[in-house]
Amino acid sequence: MSADKNDHSPESHDTDHLGHEGHNHGSFKSYLIGFVLSVILTAIPFWLVMTGVLPTQATALIVMAFAVVQIVVHMIYFLHMNSKSEGGWTMLALIFTIIVVVIALSGSLWVMYHLNTNMMPSTHDMSQMSS
Amino acid sequence: MNADTLIPLIFGRLTLEALPHEPIVLATMVVVVLGGAALVGALTYFKLWGYLWKEWFTTVDHKKIGIMYMILGLIMFVRGFADAIMMRLQQAMAFGGSEGYLNAHHYDQIFTAHGVIMIFFVAMPLVTGIMNYVVPLQIGARDVSFPFLNNFSFWMTTAGAVIVMASLFVGEFARTGWLAYPPLSGIGYSPGVGVDYYIWALQIAGVGTTLSGINLIATIVKMRAPGMGMMKMPVFTWTSLCTNVLIVASFPVLTAVLALLTLDRYVGTNFFTNDFGGNPMMYVNLIWIWGHPEVYILILPLFGVFSEIASTFSGKKLFGYTSMVYATVVITILSYLVWLHHFFTMGSGASVNSFFGITTMIISIPTGAKIFNWLFTMYRGRIRFELPMMWLVAFMLTFVIGGMTGVLLAVPPADFVLHNSLFLIAHFHNVIIGGVLFGLFAAINFWWPKAFGFKLDKFWGMVSFCCWVPGFWLAFAPLYVLGLMGVTRRMRVFDDPSLQIWFVIAAIGAGVIALGIAAMFIQFAVSIINRDKLRDTTGDPWGGRTLEWATSSPPPAYNFASTPVVHDADAWWDMKKKKYQRPLSGYKAIHMPSNTGAGVIISGLCLVMGLALVWYIWWLAALSFLGVLAVSIAHTFNYKRDYYIPADEVRATEEARTRLLAGTEG
Amino acid sequence: MSATAIKIDDPNVFHLEEEPHHEEGSSTMLGFWLYLMSDCLIFAMLFAVFGVVGGNYAAGPGPKELFDLELVAVNTAMLLFSSITYGFAMLAMDKNKTRQTLIWLAVTGLFGLAFLGIELYEFAHLIHEGATPQRSAFLSAFFTLVGTHGLHVTFGIIWLVTLMVQVSWKGLIPANKRRLMCLSMFWHFLDVIWIGVFTFVYLLGMVR
Repeated sequence: MSADKNDHSPESHDTDHLGHEGHNHGSFKSYLIGFVLSVILTAIPFWLVMTGVLPTQATALIVMAFAVVQIVVHMIYFLHMNSKSEGGWTMLALIFTIIVVVIALSGSLWVMYHLNTNMMPSTHDMSQMSS
Repeated sequence: MNADTLIPLIFGRLTLEALPHEPIVLATMVVVVLGGAALVGALTYFKLWGYLWKEWFTTVDHKKIGIMYMILGLIMFVRGFADAIMMRLQQAMAFGGSEGYLNAHHYDQIFTAHGVIMIFFVAMPLVTGIMNYVVPLQIGARDVSFPFLNNFSFWMTTAGAVIVMASLFVGEFARTGWLAYPPLSGIGYSPGVGVDYYIWALQIAGVGTTLSGINLIATIVKMRAPGMGMMKMPVFTWTSLCTNVLIVASFPVLTAVLALLTLDRYVGTNFFTNDFGGNPMMYVNLIWIWGHPEVYILILPLFGVFSEIASTFSGKKLFGYTSMVYATVVITILSYLVWLHHFFTMGSGASVNSFFGITTMIISIPTGAKIFNWLFTMYRGRIRFELPMMWLVAFMLTFVIGGMTGVLLAVPPADFVLHNSLFLIAHFHNVIIGGVLFGLFAAINFWWPKAFGFKLDKFWGMVSFCCWVPGFWLAFAPLYVLGLMGVTRRMRVFDDPSLQIWFVIAAIGAGVIALGIAAMFIQFAVSIINRDKLRDTTGDPWGGRTLEWATSSPPPAYNFASTPVVHDADAWWDMKKKKYQRPLSGYKAIHMPSNTGAGVIISGLCLVMGLALVWYIWWLAALSFLGVLAVSIAHTFNYKRDYYIPADEVRATEEARTRLLAGTEG
Repeated sequence: MSATAIKIDDPNVFHLEEEPHHEEGSSTMLGFWLYLMSDCLIFAMLFAVFGVVGGNYAAGPGPKELFDLELVAVNTAMLLFSSITYGFAMLAMDKNKTRQTLIWLAVTGLFGLAFLGIELYEFAHLIHEGATPQRSAFLSAFFTLVGTHGLHVTFGIIWLVTLMVQVSWKGLIPANKRRLMCLSMFWHFLDVIWIGVFTFVYLLGMVR
């Protein structure tokens, strides 16, 4: 069975023998690469925050960027994500989930920020109203 | 330790006070207890327990599980409709100083229970039941991907339903409206057991729903017959796929939100409180992130049902298969972008409101495309007005109007006038009854012969239809009028006597609907009695187009003796066109999953845990939780979960069918 | 194989000589991945709540007074180590080395327990200081988000022990391999969630 068979072909259903196509468990080397990258990507943000060498804003942005990169590293080296496993369905599910997560997270923050601004006037605004 | 401390330790907050005092509830309880005892007695007398346990409760057959879902949904439908009738009567009576016949405590429980039951324990089980029954047959599979999980999901849903029903007789149900907004649903304003019943019923049923969603996605992705590419899947399978994607990607949100509300109530955290930095609005925001996709979870499968019916009874290929698929996918994604239209008035700025208003209007476009596809399918077709087709026509006329009032509500300024009014109530009943319920009736009439081997009686079906459609308009058109006049929802008594006539008309409408429901049950009974006259021996009573009609009615446990190869979206039509012959030899043993009682036991323990948590019986909750854990782990030690149907048995079954087919031709 | 492919393309062939057979458990990995995606959404909601109410200290203590980053760093290290040791268990499994697999699984479990121990120590410390989940919306969200992750790790460890028993009982049969692969996904998934936790809760909390 060739590995590049697409999902639509009729035989692909029963070719998923364990340990064969789609289920690559990586090698010792790939786990080590993932581990070293993770250590670096974890250590730097911790170091930045603990020492406070950079301005707050910059630290926050760098920390978030490192988190995103580290998540991708984990996905590739530990979870072995690729576009081929299960005929691309795991990747599709992941992309859909990311879309929904992004919508729900950013939407909630946006909506709730608006509600807070409009419906919960700060004490400063209150004093203005009463004066 | 004296009795005053011991009794609460054993029974939590459960006391004799929890038993019903109100005459209506008391009478209902007596009837239910006597009826239940009679049923149990009859089952024992006829020695049916063993049969039920072996053939139904522990079954992993998707067809039987589908039928059990349908039965659960229909039973709960009766309960939910009883609530509806009580509300209509109360509102028609409570004018001019009259308090009606329901006190506030009771009335508030009724409108909450009506919403919760109709959505979670009627629409969801019925929709899941249809998908469970039909999808594996349509894709030429022998069962779902995870048969045990399927059984477990069903029993978790049932456990949730049992918890809701228990609240009727022991304690009370929530008085908060069907989404239980805090701070009203917080411990401060709802200290009783009502909201806890609500929470645990939904959480336990929610586990079942999510797992069944995962199961059906995996089934559709992995178990399709050879040759069935994605764009050769029947439209119902497509809409089921999208529905289950929505389930898996939205029910976790509900689980999370309810868990946070639970923590607020049980632990005293401050997520949705008004003090200590909590924010009740966050609850509303989150629950609608689940709530809007939920609406499409309900309607999408029925869009699929209508597509199958339109092409079958017009004798034509579905018009615009590709556009139908894309419209479904677009709705799936867009349904995550509209949730704020449920709370336009809660104070978001103009930019937020206009964004969500526009996305809401956009989502009506793919839906409109579907309506045109069905119309064009019927255009120049040889239409047969069988019952499913009648429901399709009624659906199109009704649903379009409901859709248009929906677009009206999507305009934020209009929503400021109409939100929380009876106009809204009329709108969503218009789409849920006109869409989901009519669709389910169509589906039941369409697939009943497949499930049981005989058609449903047409006369009583027509009676039901003729009561339902006008009854619906009689019941809900007045609510549109009242809503435009500014009457808000969930009112128990009214002052303005000029409104009463509208409520009386609505109550009459509900009465006509009641006749429709009665006619439906009579239809079932008459059809079962006359089953020999209504028998269908061909397995294909309607001139069907998709694979489920290729096998016998009812299908054998293994669905297909040899898996069909698919060349067309209308696979069975294609086979018939090419003069397909059933293979009459070469039967092989068939590999099938075996039954297991683990699902019933684990769900039963979850049910006990839920009830214990409602009543603060901590020892029992802990014990049943450990039980769930132990049985689940023990179940994983069972490695032998399958068996083979011997080739001889397959041959015997298939030869019986051959004789049956020959009999009809001769 | 090519013979069957030709037959499927033949529009007049409706059955294959060889029944298409769905390998037992062939859907398991996909199904489990879908479950993980749904779990991911539960965490997304908890993050959303933390994002919205995480700044509401209600005049109580905030992150800067409460968090000990060194402890969090140690904790993160525990989880990272457990990830690579689980990876080694999977490599041993691929080579069908039962004993080695079991040893690596045990090591993974110990790292997991260490993680849980440190987290419980942190929680106990916070509660002792009066920073209870009831104190403010921020603390409610903090305890729930971190606690839910901890709960997942707990169930992961229970599952891990169960699998160790099953592997030593039945050996590395296909069913057990499949289960180990599912747990592997679960374990690494929890790692990914933890990246979000230490970044958004702890680190960004300190610079907020």
